[in-house]
Amino acid sequence: MAATRRLHKELEDIKKSGLKSFRDIQVDEQNILTWHGLIVPENAPYNKGAFRIEINFPAEYPFKPPKIAFKTKIYHPNIDEKGQVCLPIISAENWKPATKTDQVIQALVALVNDPEPEHPLRADLAEEYSKDKKKFMKNAEEFTKKNSEKRPSD
Amino acid sequence: MDSDEDIMYDDDYDDSGNESSGDDDVEFAMVEEPNNPKERQELDEYPYEVLTTEQILQHMNECMKEVNIVVEMPSTVIRMLLNHFRWDKEKLMERYYDGDPEKLFTEAHVASPFAKTAVPAKVAKKDQRRACPNFEECEICLSTLPSSVMSGLECGHRFCVSCWAEYLTTKIMSEGIGQTISCAAHNCEILIDDATVMKLVPDAKVRLKYQHLITNSFVECNRLLRWCPSPDCSSVIRVQHVESRPVTCRCGHTFCFACGNNWHEPVRCTLLRKWIKKCDDDSETSNWIAANTKECPKCKATIEKDGGCNHMVCKNSHCKTEFCWVCLGPWEPHGTSWYNCNRYDEDEARAARDAQERSRAALQRYLFYCNRYMNHMQSLRLEHKHYATVKEKMEEMQQHNMSWIEVQFLKKAVDILCQCRQTLMYTYVFAYYLKKNNQSVIFEDNQRDLETATEKLSEYLERDITQENLVDIKQKVQDKYRYCDSRRRVLAEHVYEGYDKEWWEYND
Repeated sequence: MAATRRLHKELEDIKKSGLKSFRDIQVDEQNILTWHGLIVPENAPYNKGAFRIEINFPAEYPFKPPKIAFKTKIYHPNIDEKGQVCLPIISAENWKPATKTDQVIQALVALVNDPEPEHPLRADLAEEYSKDKKKFMKNAEEFTKKNSEKRPSD
Repeated sequence: MDSDEDIMYDDDYDDSGNESSGDDDVEFAMVEEPNNPKERQELDEYPYEVLTTEQILQHMNECMKEVNIVVEMPSTVIRMLLNHFRWDKEKLMERYYDGDPEKLFTEAHVASPFAKTAVPAKVAKKDQRRACPNFEECEICLSTLPSSVMSGLECGHRFCVSCWAEYLTTKIMSEGIGQTISCAAHNCEILIDDATVMKLVPDAKVRLKYQHLITNSFVECNRLLRWCPSPDCSSVIRVQHVESRPVTCRCGHTFCFACGNNWHEPVRCTLLRKWIKKCDDDSETSNWIAANTKECPKCKATIEKDGGCNHMVCKNSHCKTEFCWVCLGPWEPHGTSWYNCNRYDEDEARAARDAQERSRAALQRYLFYCNRYMNHMQSLRLEHKHYATVKEKMEEMQQHNMSWIEVQFLKKAVDILCQCRQTLMYTYVFAYYLKKNNQSVIFEDNQRDLETATEKLSEYLERDITQENLVDIKQKVQDKYRYCDSRRRVLAEHVYEGYDKEWWEYND
């Protein structure tokens, strides 16, 4: 299967590159199509924690895009309560087979670090973010401390 | 069928249907609402022709040739540019000569045909990874392969032919995208021309679908063309101006050119669309539709949201409206600055509550009209079966020393019966939305008269015809169908006159 071959190679490359913002990558040897990993954002208010995500690759990968879901709750205008995220790079219209998973992850990390209130999934949070940034930062920080995973020590 | 008479071949005809220069909106306003009933009655002809897929392709090629004569570019490039301008060749030429053609190519995501020395940027960069100068790495399958199996466009991104084939097949077969497939490289928006697609796709079935998608976009962008909506028919109807008029395809299906539904005199396309949607609302599926879909605010296509993003782009190739899923407003204000589309509207909420209270009464009223509409639809289906029995009868009568011409009245009677049923069916749609006034009372009288006459005709046709009563029956059937036909015309003309004189007021 083309997907398996490419995913093994991508996984190897990502692990080798040692990304600071995406680590603890776990893949079941039986099923290379599902990846788990930890997003470690740099910007406030999310730099108080880390967030577990799941990446699901379709059998048709790389001709169809992967899907990303947050497993850790996050207070973010672009990520909804179910963990769904709106990431243009992996939408069906924009997806390109030559796009690599590390590019997808970088786009995701950038979105977590810098929310885009212009394209919200949670309109209430986007409004708070745009109109009362201070309040948003406070709420998001509290939420992160309460719900997120521990950051890796190094 | 007298469809042969309806089909007119007009050689002088040269409106491509795609010119949208300026007064397009004015023309469109007249589209569905023929506002001159006199003209309608007197000029009862509506010239149109039925085209096959090959003729459409030819029509499309002629369109490209016309542009080619002027701008002299490869036909593949012209096709992509024309598609970018929704097959409006005037607009394309205007833009082409207006200034910077290179800018035009960039905007349309087309590789410039004039930039002959394209630098294969990616290949140069990847040099160090190449094991041998004759080998390259395919960025999709991550295999190192001989250069001979690598292919790419002018943008310089190269992939192995089997990945290309897979990529194009996925786009064509599972996403139904033809004209707008771009290069497989990350962030590269250069479109793939049809010659390249045909070369890279090995499967004939996929290639056929691709050609169909290309023709589709041509037909859909052209308002003077419409696919015959009957299943398995691939003919296209071409008209000279858009109007809500009946057209009959080669396959025998008669439909309204403006909306594509079965011919629905006397009700207008907009009301019919509303009605069909409402009728569908009764089914179980419709609960799902109501809960999970919305209509495109511009073209009314039903849209299901299948991802998290609220930024919707209508996939209808001639629409492509961008809107917000939450408020159905245009997307533009959402994108630029913070825009509130989730504000709770007190008035709207109250209106919704009132509407709920009224809905019970409304439902009763709806069921009244719907029952009658359905009943005529059912009868119409049954009358169609009449054709078979009538044919038998006619053969039998011919054996009893009657000439072929003498028995034709029976077929004519069934034709008229079916027409009347169909008109009656749609009068209930019209009546459902109609507000009561003096003219609506006249309309209802006309409707009742036609209904009574139609039932009588139907009854006569079910009677046994014997040698003895034949002459008598023939006379009576002829009288009946002539009367029915005249009542149908009276009703329709009254409705059209009402459109013209603005008698009709509608309920929402």
